[in-house]
Amino acid sequence: MKPGSVAVVGAAETTKMGVIPDQSVIGLHADAALNAMADAGLKPSDIDGVATAGISPTELAWYLGIKPTYADGTSVGGCSFMLHVRHAAAAIAAGHAKTILVTHGESGKSRVGAGRFGASPSSLAGQFEMPYGPVGPPSMFTVPVLRYLKTYGLGEEDLAHVAVVQREWAARNPRATFKDPITVDDVLNSRMIAWPFRILMCCLVTDGGGALILTSADRAKDFPTKPVYVLGTGESVETPLVSQMYDATSSTAFRISGKTAFDEAGIKHADVDHLMVYDAFAHLPLYGLEDLGFCKPGEAAAFIREGNTRPGGKLPLNTNGGGLSYMHSGMYGMYALQESVRQMRGIAPAQVPGAKISVCQGVGGMFGAAGTVIFGNEKP
Amino acid sequence: MPRMLPEPTPETRHFWEGCKEGELRLQRCTACSDTYFPPRPFCPKCGGRDVAVVKASGKAILWSYVINHRPRPDMGTEPYAIAVVKLDEGPTMMTNITGCPQTPEALQLDMPLTVSFSKQSDDISLPLFAPAK
Repeated sequence: MKPGSVAVVGAAETTKMGVIPDQSVIGLHADAALNAMADAGLKPSDIDGVATAGISPTELAWYLGIKPTYADGTSVGGCSFMLHVRHAAAAIAAGHAKTILVTHGESGKSRVGAGRFGASPSSLAGQFEMPYGPVGPPSMFTVPVLRYLKTYGLGEEDLAHVAVVQREWAARNPRATFKDPITVDDVLNSRMIAWPFRILMCCLVTDGGGALILTSADRAKDFPTKPVYVLGTGESVETPLVSQMYDATSSTAFRISGKTAFDEAGIKHADVDHLMVYDAFAHLPLYGLEDLGFCKPGEAAAFIREGNTRPGGKLPLNTNGGGLSYMHSGMYGMYALQESVRQMRGIAPAQVPGAKISVCQGVGGMFGAAGTVIFGNEKP
Repeated sequence: MPRMLPEPTPETRHFWEGCKEGELRLQRCTACSDTYFPPRPFCPKCGGRDVAVVKASGKAILWSYVINHRPRPDMGTEPYAIAVVKLDEGPTMMTNITGCPQTPEALQLDMPLTVSFSKQSDDISLPLFAPAK
């Protein structure tokens, strides 16, 4: 893809957010999709490409009455939507489709029409991790972190700072689930989930969804919305087993995905005005800042502590409040993308003044996958 | 509630048979000498299919862990560590740490550990690690 040749022309979240007991998973996908179509001034019959995770693209297309020439069911966890954007950009450039809808919907809290959790006991995870007692992401995604902290001489208060700063952003976002300010002490005195992780270092569990519509930059000018250009993208996968990360202190998938996206966009770190790093847990922004190259290994905690990522800082990070304070339905990547698009349109609740380039980094599984999308609001 | 146990596959059966017999079995590539885990019938480093099952020393260090305060029903009622150990031979593996309190004070990273095998059923013994004596 040539940087800036594809643009987001429709973007929306579900009408409701948080606890939504009256909508199923497929219903949340559809609600987000219809909102994004309304945003772009489109009908289902205008869409010729679909991409989603959690449900199949078949289910999505049929439910909305779309007869597509392009379907992407890439499902690598919460960053699947970053990969969908990447694949959509390539598909549009290749002429496989003109107008591609990417959706997410998840009844993470209410579990209405949701599938079941769990690995087969004969899978790799079923044989080599599940027998040792993990209970979902809070006791798995967190396993490498003590090694990271020891390697760089850091402690639990460094994780707490991440949560505190993100709450400062959430306070500026009317749709955020948690808006009240918190202190490092609040975080360190909150309920223990999986040492060293306390509940305020863990993401929310909520219901919601979001959708994006992409088309070529040439067509984008005919839409009612301000085009948000895709400047660069990257993706990678690493391991289905968190115990088998190549390096417990760094995500190899982040490094590959991030470098690919920066190289494609042809930008430098100093060009970036706004950053989203999928924060299922408080350590993710630390790994993200380092593995994307914004900080040297071991220096992200100080970077956050010194205020660089907070409102008014030089690198605003997770400006919707993140998975820790805004919302987290399970596959949060879509909400990170939505916030990047809002920032590039200039309509975010906590708008970064004059922001021109936004980097959006997703993670899938427990450091299993990564996707990166770099957006800009000026055509290069 | 019975503990969640693995179901071996043809590619992993030697590992679980080893645990039953009190041996921690890894695999080593004949061509490039890489020792690896989890089991698979080829070398993940070079792709070679000529690999041998080797008995590991059973020595490891504590690499990383969490102490899970929301016990899974089949794991009892007390907090327990979900650990990654780094084997002397190089690979890492997930396990539990036995023979010491499940506290940050008792569980120091890099502490030396030794494998033991905890019989769960006629077919399955789990490789667990305890502080080295």
